[in-house]
Amino acid sequence: MRQEGWLDDEGFLGAMEISETLPGLNAVNMAIIMGDNLRGLAGAAVSVIGMLLPGGIVVMVLGILYQSNHSNPDVKRFLLGIAAAAVGLLSAVTLQIGRRQFRQLPDIAIIILTFLAVSFVKLPLFVVLLGLGPISVWLYRPKVSKPRAQDEHLPFHRGPRHHLFRH
Amino acid sequence: MTRLIHLFLVFALLSVLAVGGGTAVLPEMQHMTVHTFHWLTDAQFRNIYSLGQVAPGPNMLMVLVIGYQLAGWAGMVVVGIGFFLPDCVITLFVNRWWVHLGGWPWRTSIQRGLAPVAIGLMTSGTFAIARLSIVNVPTLAIAIAVFGILLWRHVNPGILVLVGGAVYMLLR
Repeated sequence: MRQEGWLDDEGFLGAMEISETLPGLNAVNMAIIMGDNLRGLAGAAVSVIGMLLPGGIVVMVLGILYQSNHSNPDVKRFLLGIAAAAVGLLSAVTLQIGRRQFRQLPDIAIIILTFLAVSFVKLPLFVVLLGLGPISVWLYRPKVSKPRAQDEHLPFHRGPRHHLFRH
Repeated sequence: MTRLIHLFLVFALLSVLAVGGGTAVLPEMQHMTVHTFHWLTDAQFRNIYSLGQVAPGPNMLMVLVIGYQLAGWAGMVVVGIGFFLPDCVITLFVNRWWVHLGGWPWRTSIQRGLAPVAIGLMTSGTFAIARLSIVNVPTLAIAIAVFGILLWRHVNPGILVLVGGAVYMLLR
């Protein structure tokens, strides 16, 4: 991205922020945002297709091969080994993405509650999201800062409301 | 036809709920496809998941194979649209709207608040695959080895996963 001069670091980080917060695969969300920022709707469509088409073709070829070979013991063992390796990979990725969250107490509590709710209580995902999502967002609610009370005593031209009109 | 509609609805729902990405919806996807609709067995679900690990691009492209297995090419198309389109539309709209939210204090709250939920869901997704694939000492060893190597240095994870599969296949 940087090589092509398409995006600076700040734009990249901004896109990452949106991608991680919104539902959907990060890579796909990133493709949409970058495509949209560069060339609008058409850019977004082209970059998503570019992101999904090659892998989609390969996975379908593999899927068709799997259907005709699924009882082959070697294929079974190979795929089981891959799934086991994927567990190692997913653990490393989760730890990496959550490196900040795994170090903070309220975050650790939310992580554990979410994990227990999904994996052991087996609550439906939408229940978990609608239940724990708002609680967690509330924990990080905007701080009602004290300077705001002071702002009201500031001269009018420096007050917060006036600030809005300048933009 | 009913099956196609069900497939579309299930995967569109998963799409909208995928806060934290593909791994985050794996438990729900497994639950729906294996237990609710009895479309797949646990082993089939795990094997198709593994196919996605082998292919380039996002692993979750494996949903196409689920669609194909259940309803042929139409199933593949329906699942592909259901799983990818809603998120694309949401992202497109929010991207255009996001800059206007710059001064909105809750924007940061939502970002910070959803992050640990997403991490928790990813942990559950990892656990779901672990429950299906860590069945003996060698599979446990492969998982730990891959985890250790990735923490230790930067290796192409795709190659590492292929090696894991090959090792387990040859190990008998």
